[in-house]
Amino acid sequence: MFHLILFLFFGAICVAGAVNLLVQSHPINSALSLIAVMASLAAEYLLLGAEFVAAVQVIVYAGAVMVLFVITIMLLNAGKEERSKGSRVAILLGVPGALIGGGLVAWTLLQRSNMQAAVPIGALPGDPADIARLLFHNFLLPFEVTSVLILIAIMGAVVLASRPEAVARGPRKDEG
Amino acid sequence: MVPLSYYLLLSGILFVCGVLGFLIKRNIITIFMSIELMLNGVNLSFVAFAAHWQALSGQVFVFFVMVVAAAEAAVGLAIIIAVYRTRETLNVDQVNLLKL
Amino acid sequence: MTPNPYLWLVPILPLAGAAINGFFGRRSSKKAITAVALIFCGAAFFMALLIASSFSSASAPYYFNLAHWLRAGSFQVDFSFYLDQLSLVMLLVVTGVGFLIHIYSVGYMWEDDGYYRFMAYMNLFMFFMLTLVLAKNYLVMFIGWEGVGLASYLLIGFWFTKDSAAAAGKKAFIVNRIGDFGFLIALFLMIKHFGSLDFTHVFATVQTFSPETAGTGLLTAIGLLLMVGAAGKSAQIPLYVWLPDAMEGPTPVSALIHAATMVTAGVYMVARSHMIFDRAPMAMMVVAIIGTLTALFAATIGIAQTDIKKVLAYSTISQLGYMFMACGVGAFSAGIFHLMTHAFFKGLLFLAAGSVIHGIGGEQDMRKMGGLRQYMPWTFLTMTIATFAIAGFPPFAGFFSKDEILWKAYSSEYGSWVFWLIGVITAFITSFYMFRLWFLTFFGDYRGGAAQDADGGHAHRHDDQSHGHGHGGPHESPWVMLGPLVVLAFLSLVGGWIGIGGRFEHFLAPVFQSRTAAELARETAGEAAGAGTETLLMLISVGAAFLGLFLAWTLYFRRPQLPARIAASLGGLYQAVTHKYYIDELYNVLFVKPLIDGSTAILWHGVDQNVIDAAVNDSASAARHVSDNVRHMQSGNLRSYAGWVAAGGAVVIAYMIWMGVWVR
Repeated sequence: MFHLILFLFFGAICVAGAVNLLVQSHPINSALSLIAVMASLAAEYLLLGAEFVAAVQVIVYAGAVMVLFVITIMLLNAGKEERSKGSRVAILLGVPGALIGGGLVAWTLLQRSNMQAAVPIGALPGDPADIARLLFHNFLLPFEVTSVLILIAIMGAVVLASRPEAVARGPRKDEG
Repeated sequence: MVPLSYYLLLSGILFVCGVLGFLIKRNIITIFMSIELMLNGVNLSFVAFAAHWQALSGQVFVFFVMVVAAAEAAVGLAIIIAVYRTRETLNVDQVNLLKL
Repeated sequence: MTPNPYLWLVPILPLAGAAINGFFGRRSSKKAITAVALIFCGAAFFMALLIASSFSSASAPYYFNLAHWLRAGSFQVDFSFYLDQLSLVMLLVVTGVGFLIHIYSVGYMWEDDGYYRFMAYMNLFMFFMLTLVLAKNYLVMFIGWEGVGLASYLLIGFWFTKDSAAAAGKKAFIVNRIGDFGFLIALFLMIKHFGSLDFTHVFATVQTFSPETAGTGLLTAIGLLLMVGAAGKSAQIPLYVWLPDAMEGPTPVSALIHAATMVTAGVYMVARSHMIFDRAPMAMMVVAIIGTLTALFAATIGIAQTDIKKVLAYSTISQLGYMFMACGVGAFSAGIFHLMTHAFFKGLLFLAAGSVIHGIGGEQDMRKMGGLRQYMPWTFLTMTIATFAIAGFPPFAGFFSKDEILWKAYSSEYGSWVFWLIGVITAFITSFYMFRLWFLTFFGDYRGGAAQDADGGHAHRHDDQSHGHGHGGPHESPWVMLGPLVVLAFLSLVGGWIGIGGRFEHFLAPVFQSRTAAELARETAGEAAGAGTETLLMLISVGAAFLGLFLAWTLYFRRPQLPARIAASLGGLYQAVTHKYYIDELYNVLFVKPLIDGSTAILWHGVDQNVIDAAVNDSASAARHVSDNVRHMQSGNLRSYAGWVAAGGAVVIAYMIWMGVWVR
């Protein structure tokens, strides 16, 4: 009962934040509502018993990725969105498509009986030791690969974001 | 007791909101954030299933999703900065030179 | 039936010669080309002589299966060759006369640039003609049939840079094909009802049929259709129009193909199919009528022609009409006899005409000839023999064969006095126009200008290509050309003697012995009763020949100004005859022009341009339009891409759910 109330509460915050992201015209408002979504998602993870994931969610997602977004918005001085002649297809085809797709999936999920089984509060054995055991034994290869992936991403970001003439000219000659 | 389907519904709503944001918004950073929203929705469904079936590997996968999302955010924002330098606009409708 | 393994060599040897000359002749020396052509053709003649010497009626007919060809269920056709008395006669005529004409062409065509081509085509023709003659089934005969048509087209249009020659070649081929259509339908009927095209099989089956006196039925149909084919190949009414135009070709071609061998293929085919015709009296009657009418018709046109080769062309058509008349009244061996003697004297006439043309620098108009007998004595002598032969004077060859035909036309049970009368009148006309030619060419004063032959006259256009040696005055031809003339003259003299006493007919009897005993009895009875009649009729036909000679002598020797006055007084009739009764123009209006116009409008514009081309072009432009419209999907706009993705995703989800629902 309590579980349900908490779930609904945090769920409402999630949905409100998502809708707000859609509705707002200034990107910084959208970013802040996204942070709210992520925070409440972390609470949902806690309800499910995945404490480690919740912690990582807050640290990495809300703390790093979203900060990156906010910095970029500030760096580029993004303002309110202007009206522009967009694509009709996106509105006419895409929105109904997304809604219908989502609706179909939802309908299917609600049909199946075993989806109705209850998930008790704190169901997961979220012991970090167990997670670490999985990560470094069964999923070792993906783990190492993701480290390489991060390295590549860093290099790519540096190259892409640097000023063009700084890359082309090489190290600047010192005057004098 | 919350049925699994509620979690999945929530995840689905988040995902659909992400898609709608991608379609509706014109600022490219906002579009990027909608992608992050989609990924979050997926993460929630992973964890919900992991809890339902008492399988830890669901959580591990969430890690990988987060790692990928982080890397992608980094690179994507770098691209956005580079595009902004040349095109002086963040409006995605004006970055349309790759056409026939 | 005894096998003879050398039969297939006879056609193959000229084919080898044609292949060698055709592929390598362009860079070979003229001597090499000549050697190849003459050796291979002579080898075929030599083999024919060998076969003839070892031929015995007891073991005839001979056959040889070269290879399998078609097997379709119960129907089968092989490359098989066949030799009986009839084929033997044809074989000797074709190879012998062919060889002589090859020798003649060496001299006639020596200066032509396309010498190697000519020799290759001549050898090729020999191959096809021999295939036709030696075939054991109708399909191999049809190969030869079509092949000689092809060779004829190639040789008529030999000087293909000249429009009239190319057109004549086309005309010959196309008119031939019309006849072939009838032939083919006859073959199809045979396949359907007899299940085979092999001679022995077909004739054995036909023998069990009873004669169709009602004039309807399968055999009549086959006979009439075969006659259509023969009419095309042998230039009978209504498909004779190609033969006069075919004189555009070099003279040896006219001699070989359009006098001695190819045009006789129709007669041979009808004679070979006599078993069918014997049992279809209506078809026989049609054959006889066509033959007789053609003989008379062509002879009347020949009187007014001024080109020496055209006179001979119409003469050929007329003589072929005699052969068909003979076949039509059941006297097949008489028809073949006339075929043989005609090959001798008509071949000789054409070759001698070629010698005349060669000697006066390419002129073909008889009005510009005259008095040539002192310039070309040997040509004059040989042509004289040939002229007397064709007119039917005894003891030359033509007398025996023509007389045989006329007698059989009168006395045979299929014949009637009408055929005989028309035959005699035609004989009179034949004699007249041949002696007219003789007098105009060799007697009187020389009316032409041989030194200055660059223009004037309508005829020497093409011969200038090969005879522009600019000699002054008419002259005799070289011995390489005169030799064959002499040989053929000898044959025209003695060739008929083989028929005395019915020896020739007796030789061919085993082939034509399909008659029932009753018919044979009636025939011999008729003959015996009419021995006196026969002599009387013979005297009448000889008299007709003399009459023609006398008339020609009067008009063209004694009083040469008379013909022009007669022509003027006849006015319109004379005009019609000179213009060949305007038959060509009639065909043009009735068939050619509608066909060309119809083809242009319907097949070219309607089908080819509007359907076929349009299908290709329109499908291409449709593809272009579709892609033009689809192109707009790639707009470069991120959100539209996303929109398509979302829509597609929804479709996929829906499909998977539906599948899942359906499966469950």
